[in-house]
Amino acid sequence: MYKNPIRRLFYVFVLSILALAIVLPSKIKIFGQELKRQPLNIKFGNISIFRDFELKRGLDLVGGSHFVYEAKTEGLSQEDKEMAMSALVEVVSQRINLFGVSEVNVQRASYEDKDRIIVELPGIFEPQKAKDLIGTTAQLLFASLNGESLIPTEITGADVANARLAFNSLDGSPVVGIEFTPEGAQKFEKLTEENVGKPLPIVLDGEVISAPMVQEKIAGGRAQISGNFSIDEARELSIQINAGALPVEIDLIEERTIGPTLGAESIEKSVKAGLVGLIAVALFMVIIYGRFGLIANLGLVLFGIYTLALYKLIPVVLTLPGIAGFILSVGMAVDANILIFERYKEERKKGSSVQYSLELAFGRAWDSIRDANIATLITAFVLANPLNWSFLHTSGPVRGFAITLALGILVSLFTGVFVSRNLMRVFIK
Amino acid sequence: MANQEDIKQRNWLRYTKLYFVISFIFLVSGVYAIFSWGLPLGLDFVGGAIVDYKIQNGEQIDSLKDKFEEIKIQIEQVQTSEDRLSIKTRTLNNDEQKLIFEIAKDLGIEQLSLQNVGPSVAPEMIKKTAIAIIMAGGGILFWVAIQFKKIIFGIAAILATAHDTTILIGSFAILGKFFDAKIDFLFVTAVLTTLSFSVHDTIVVFDRVREIQNKHGGEIENVVNRAVTETMRRSIINSLTIIIMLVSLVVFGGATIRWFAAALLIGAIAGTYSSPFVAAPLYVKLSRLQKKLKKK
Repeated sequence: MYKNPIRRLFYVFVLSILALAIVLPSKIKIFGQELKRQPLNIKFGNISIFRDFELKRGLDLVGGSHFVYEAKTEGLSQEDKEMAMSALVEVVSQRINLFGVSEVNVQRASYEDKDRIIVELPGIFEPQKAKDLIGTTAQLLFASLNGESLIPTEITGADVANARLAFNSLDGSPVVGIEFTPEGAQKFEKLTEENVGKPLPIVLDGEVISAPMVQEKIAGGRAQISGNFSIDEARELSIQINAGALPVEIDLIEERTIGPTLGAESIEKSVKAGLVGLIAVALFMVIIYGRFGLIANLGLVLFGIYTLALYKLIPVVLTLPGIAGFILSVGMAVDANILIFERYKEERKKGSSVQYSLELAFGRAWDSIRDANIATLITAFVLANPLNWSFLHTSGPVRGFAITLALGILVSLFTGVFVSRNLMRVFIK
Repeated sequence: MANQEDIKQRNWLRYTKLYFVISFIFLVSGVYAIFSWGLPLGLDFVGGAIVDYKIQNGEQIDSLKDKFEEIKIQIEQVQTSEDRLSIKTRTLNNDEQKLIFEIAKDLGIEQLSLQNVGPSVAPEMIKKTAIAIIMAGGGILFWVAIQFKKIIFGIAAILATAHDTTILIGSFAILGKFFDAKIDFLFVTAVLTTLSFSVHDTIVVFDRVREIQNKHGGEIENVVNRAVTETMRRSIINSLTIIIMLVSLVVFGGATIRWFAAALLIGAIAGTYSSPFVAAPLYVKLSRLQKKLKKK
C-alpha cells in the first residue's frame, strides 16, 4: 500500500533545502564565514533568464509614483495611432532613464477606444518633477520672423543630436547647449545666414521661449537656448530634447504617490500581523490535534518556505494586499490538514485500523480539497487578469492579492496533501 | 459500532426556521442600510483626491485645514485614525498638487501619500468591476453546475453565496455610515474572495451529502443532518484558522489595509455560517419542493 514514504520525504527534504537556499538573504554569516549566493544567469539561444532571488516589492511598499496618462489620439488612423503609441512609450521611457531612475515601468494600456500609458516610478519622491518631465510635449521648433508673423522652419528638436545643461558665458545663467546633427547643422547654418541682423525665435510647445538676435552666420552646428531657466528647468528641457518630443499630447488622469515611510511602516505592520497570526494558528493546531497538529505545523513551515521561494523565483511583485493574500492563504493552508485529520478520526472511531483510516482519509479528503479550491482559483484568475484583458482591471495591488492567494492555494495543496500525507505515513503508527 | 455515529448525530435541521430568521434579520438590515444610506463609494469609484498625512497633534489638523482654506481648495471629508489624517477633495490639477505639497512642507507635516483620480476613471472602474464580478461569479456558477449535476445543489450554493455577499455589502453600508469605511476596488476583491470562500465551504458540505446519499441513501433530512454533523468540526476549525489570521491582520496590519482585512473577515464569517445553516437547509427545502412538483 505504501509507496516508500521515506524516499518521498527525502525528496521533500531536498526540495526544502533548495527552497531555503533561495529564501535566505543573499549574504549570511556562519561561524565568521560569509556565504554568498550567486544570482542565476542562464542564457540558452534566445532565452536568457536572470534571477537575483530578491523579493520584488511593489510601489505601495517601497514608495513611488503611479501615473496613468491618456494620449490624445482621436482622429488618427489605426496605423498612425499604433506608431504614435509605441513612440510615446519609447520617448517617455527614454526621458525617465535620462533623468536617472532605474526600474521604471512604462506600459501601454487601452480601454475601449482610449489609448493610455501607465508609468510606474519606484522610489521617486518628487512626483512634481517627474510629472513635469514626462508630461511636457517638448516640441522644439526654430522659426524665423517675417515682419510680425512667425514662420516655422524645417529645423526641429529632431535635428538636435545632443542637448545638455550649460551656463551662459556672460552672466552665468543656466541655458541649454545644443549640438545639431550634421544635416541639422547645415540647415541651421543656412537659416542663420539668411537671417543676419534679425531675431530667431525658438518655440517650445507653441510658445516662444527666446528670440536671440543673429549676429552672423553660425557654422559648426552649436547653439544655445536661453530662456530665464532655472537649473532644474534647463536640465529638464535638455532631457526632453534628447529623448525627443512626445508624438502626441498626453493628459494625466490618475495618480497615486506613496511616500517612503508609509511603505516601510506597512511592511513592518503586516509582517507583525503575519507572525502573530502564524504563531496563534500553530498553537491552535497543537491544542486541537496534538501530535497531528505538529505535523500540520511542519507542513505550515514548509508552506512558508516554498511560497517565499516561489515569490523570488517567478518573481512575484509583492504589494500590501499581496501580503494580505499570503497571510490569508496561511489560514487556508491548514484546511487540507484539517479535512484529513477529521476524516481520519472519524474512521478510527468506526474501528478501522490506523493505516486503513489514514489512506481512506487521504482519498476522501482529496476530492473535497480539490473541488473546493477550484472556486478560489477561478476568482484569483479573474482578479489577476494574467492575459491582460483590457476589459478587466490591471491594478497592481489587486493583482498582487490574487497572485499570492492563488500561489498559496497551489502550494498548500502540495504541503497539505503530499507532504503531510507522507509525514503521517512515517510518523503515525 | 458503525451505527453509533448515526445515533449521536444532531438534528440540525430542526432549527431551520431559526437560521432563516437570523439570516433574514441580517439581510434586511443590510439591504435597508444599502438603500437608505447608499454605498460609501471610495476614490476609485467617484474620483477626487485623497492626501494622507502623518500628524503629531490636533493643532496640526487645524493648521492644515486653515491652509487648505487659504488656497481655496474645499475639503470634502477629513478622516483620522491613530496618527493618520486623510483629507479628501475634488480632483486636483498639477498646480494645486504643488500648492498642497508646499503646505505640508511649510508646516513640517509629513505627506504620506497622494492619490488623485480624474473624473473619467470612475465610470470605467465601475464597468470593469461589473465585468469582474460577472466573470468570477459566472465561472464559479459554471463550476458548481458541473460539479453537482443536480441543479438543486447549484441553486442552494448560489443562494448561500448571494446571502454572504449581500451581508458583506450591507455591513459596509453600515460601517461606511458610522465608521467611514470606504468601498474601493480592494473591497470588490474582498467580495469576490468571499464568493469563493462561501462556495468552498458549501462544496465541502455538499460533497459529503452526495457521498452519504450514494453510500447509505435514506431520507434527505437524515442525510443532510449527518453531512452537517460530520463536516461541522472541520468547518469551524478551518474557519477559525482563517479568522485568526484575519483578526491579526485587522488588529496589527495597519490602517492601509484594515478595511480590506475587515471585509475579508466579515466574508469569512458569513461564508462559514451560510454553508451548514443556509445552503444545507435550503437544499432540503428545495428537494422537497421538487418532489412535490414532480408528484403533481
